[in-house]
Amino acid sequence: MLNVLFPVNFFQPILILACAFLAVFGEATLAAPRHLLGAQVDLLPALMVYAALNAGLPTIALLAVFGGVWFDTLSANPLGISILPLAVIGWPIYLRRDLILHDLPFAQFVLGAAASAAAPALTLLLLLSGGKELLLGWGTLWQWIVMAAVGAVATPFIFSLMDACNRALGYQERVEPGFRLDREIQRSRKKL
Amino acid sequence: MFKQKNYLALGAVVLVAIILLSLPSRATARLKLSVGSWFLPLFGLAGAAQQLPADLADSVLTRHELLHQVDTLRRENQQLRSQAVQGVAIARENDQLRALFNWQRQSPWRLKLANVVMRDPANWWRTVQIDLGTRDGLRENLPVITDAGLVGRVSSVSQTRAQVILVGDPNCRVSALVENASRDMGVLLAGGTLDTSLVELTYLASSANLKPGQSVITSGLGGIFPKGIPIGQVVDSRSVEYGLYTDARVKLNANLGSLEQVWVLFP
Repeated sequence: MLNVLFPVNFFQPILILACAFLAVFGEATLAAPRHLLGAQVDLLPALMVYAALNAGLPTIALLAVFGGVWFDTLSANPLGISILPLAVIGWPIYLRRDLILHDLPFAQFVLGAAASAAAPALTLLLLLSGGKELLLGWGTLWQWIVMAAVGAVATPFIFSLMDACNRALGYQERVEPGFRLDREIQRSRKKL
Repeated sequence: MFKQKNYLALGAVVLVAIILLSLPSRATARLKLSVGSWFLPLFGLAGAAQQLPADLADSVLTRHELLHQVDTLRRENQQLRSQAVQGVAIARENDQLRALFNWQRQSPWRLKLANVVMRDPANWWRTVQIDLGTRDGLRENLPVITDAGLVGRVSSVSQTRAQVILVGDPNCRVSALVENASRDMGVLLAGGTLDTSLVELTYLASSANLKPGQSVITSGLGGIFPKGIPIGQVVDSRSVEYGLYTDARVKLNANLGSLEQVWVLFP
C-alpha cells in the first residue's frame, strides 16, 4: 500500500500537480484568451487525460481534489464543485487505458476534446442543480466549443511536455533484460 | 477491471467533494482564503513581471518626452485646481441651501484605490479579485467604481483580498435611473455572455421614453450603491411581455474587460 501512495518515482505526481497549480493560476491571470476567443480556456481536463493514461490512481485522485479545489478557490464556484467532473473524466479513461492508443496524437486530441467539453458541462450541471444563477446564453455555446477545441489542441502538447520533463528529471524505469540464465539453451556435444 | 482499490480511491474523492460542498459558508470562505494564499508568491511574481516593461519604458524616455509630459500634467493640474475651487464654492452653496430647507447633510464617500489581481477562471461568473481586504477596512457590499463609472460590489472579503461581483453578473443587481424627462427606473440584470460591455436594464415602465445615448445612473435604492454613479448609456429598448414593461440594453461606461485599478467606495 505504501509503495502505491509514495512511489519511489514520485516526480511524476509532483510534476502533474505543479502543472495543475500553474494552469489554474494562468487561467486566473491571463486575459488574452478571453479577449481573443471570448472564453477562458481550462487546461485541467487535458492534464487529467494525461494523468489517467500515464499515472496511478493516487495521482488521479490528487489531481481531481487539488485541481478542483485550486480552481474553485480562485473562482466564485462553491468550493469542491469542480472535483467531481475531473474525477468523472479521469476514472473511465484510467479503467480503459490499456485499450487506448495513448501514444497517438490523434487519440490524445480526441480524448482532450471530449474531456475539455465534458468538464465544464458537468460543472454547469452541478451548479444549476444547486440552484445557482449563472451567466448563460447563446454565447455559452461558443465558449464551450472554444474550451473543447483548445483543450483538444493542448492535450498532445501537454503529453509531449510532460514526457520530456519526465525523461529529463524523473527516474527511468529499469528495463528487464530479455536474457535469463535459466532459459539459456545449453549447447553441448555431450550427451545429456 | 473494477478492483477494490478503484472503488476506494473514487469513494475517497467523492467523499472529499461532498464534505467540501456541505461545509458552512464561513468555513468555506476560510478554506478558500487559506488555499488562495498559496498563490500569493505567484501573484507577486506576476505583478513584478507586469511592472517591468513599464519601468523599462520609463527609463528610456527622452528628455523632450519627459518635458512634454510635465507640461501636460501642469496644465491638467491647473484645470483641476480651478475645478476644485468651483467645487468648494458649490459645496458651500449646497450646505447653505440644505440648512435653509432643513435637509439632512449627505456624508461624503471615501475612496480607496485597489489593484485587480485576477479574474474568475470560470466563464459563467463575472468576478474579479482586488488586493484590499479586511485589514484595509473592506466589508461586503461596498460599491466599486472606476473613473468611468460603476464596476460592481464587494461580495466576499478575506484579510488581504476581496472578490468583486461585476455589473452584468446575475448576482449583481443594481437599481438604475435613466436620465430623461420621466426619470425612468429599472433594474440592471445579467449582461451578454461574450460582450462584457452590454447589460440588460429591465422592469422599466411600459411608457418609458427611452432614446439611444441617454445616460443611466444608480438610483440609490437598494441601500448598496449611492445615487448618481454613472453606469452607461442606453443602446436600444424594446417592449416585452405584451407591453407589460420595457427592457433596454445599456452600454457600460467602465471597460470591465480590461480592469486594472478600481476604487472602493466607503460610506
